[in-house]
Amino acid sequence: MSAVTTSFTPTTAKKPEPLKKLCIVCSKGSLDMAYPGLILANAARMDGIEAAIFFTFWGLDIVTDKKVDDLHLSLLGNTSMPIPAMIAGLPGMEHLATKMMKREMEKLDIPPVREFLEILQDSGAEMYACKLAMEMFKIEEKDLVPQIKGVLSAGEFLEKCAGAQMLFI
Amino acid sequence: METNYAGETVAVNEDGFLADPSKWTPAIGGAIAVELGVAMSPQHWTAVNTAREEFVGAGASPGLRRLAKKSGMPIKAFYDLFPDGPAKKIARIAGIPKPKSCL
Repeated sequence: MSAVTTSFTPTTAKKPEPLKKLCIVCSKGSLDMAYPGLILANAARMDGIEAAIFFTFWGLDIVTDKKVDDLHLSLLGNTSMPIPAMIAGLPGMEHLATKMMKREMEKLDIPPVREFLEILQDSGAEMYACKLAMEMFKIEEKDLVPQIKGVLSAGEFLEKCAGAQMLFI
Repeated sequence: METNYAGETVAVNEDGFLADPSKWTPAIGGAIAVELGVAMSPQHWTAVNTAREEFVGAGASPGLRRLAKKSGMPIKAFYDLFPDGPAKKIARIAGIPKPKSCL
C-alpha cells in the first residue's frame, strides 16, 4: 500500500538545479536563425526562468522596425540547405524558400517574428540592442521595435547576465 | 505517488501533475492552487477551465499561446495571474498533463 501524504512535496533529492536565468546573444538575422533565440527565451519564461536577449550584428535586423517583417531564409553558404548553390542563387529563390518556410510555420501556429517579440515582452523577457552594432550599422533607437528595453554595450549586457546561463546564436 | 487534495486521495506524478485527469474536481483544483500559492479569482478559473476544455477536446494540454487565443485573454494577463510558468501552473491546477508545446 503506497504512503498517503497530507501535502505533495516534489522529489528534489537527485534533480539538478533548474536554470534561474538564460541570457541569449542573437547575432544572426536570417529567418531560420532568428527563431531559435526567440523560442528558447519564450520557453524559459514559460518555465519561470528569467530571460534576456542581446541583439547584435545581424541580429539587429530582428529588432529593426523596417526589417523585422522581411527576414529571409539563408540559402547560399548554408550547409543545411538541400538546394544546390547554382539553383539557390537564382533570382527569386530566396524569396520563394522564405515564403514556403513562413507557410509551414503558420501551420504549426508559430507566430511571425514581430508578434513573437510582443509575446516575449509580455512574458517578461528583457530585450536589448547592441550599442556598437547600432553605431556600425548607423541605426538609431527610434529605428528599433518598441519591445527593446535599452541599448547596451557588451559589458553592460554581461553585467545583466550575472549568475545566468549564456547562449550564443 | 499518492497525495491528498480537498479530502480526496489522488495519484500524482513526480512533477505534481494529476496522474489521471478524469479524477479532477474543482475542489481538487482549488487545493492545488492553494499549494501553488495562487489565489483563484474568476479570471483564474476562466484560464483553468479553458485549459481543461482544450485538453478534453483536443487530447493535449494547451500551450500558452493556444490558451490565450481560446480564452481571449492576452498573454500578459496569464503571466500576471500565474507568475513564473503560467501554462504549467494552469495545467497542474486543471488536473491535466504538463503541456508539451514550446509556444
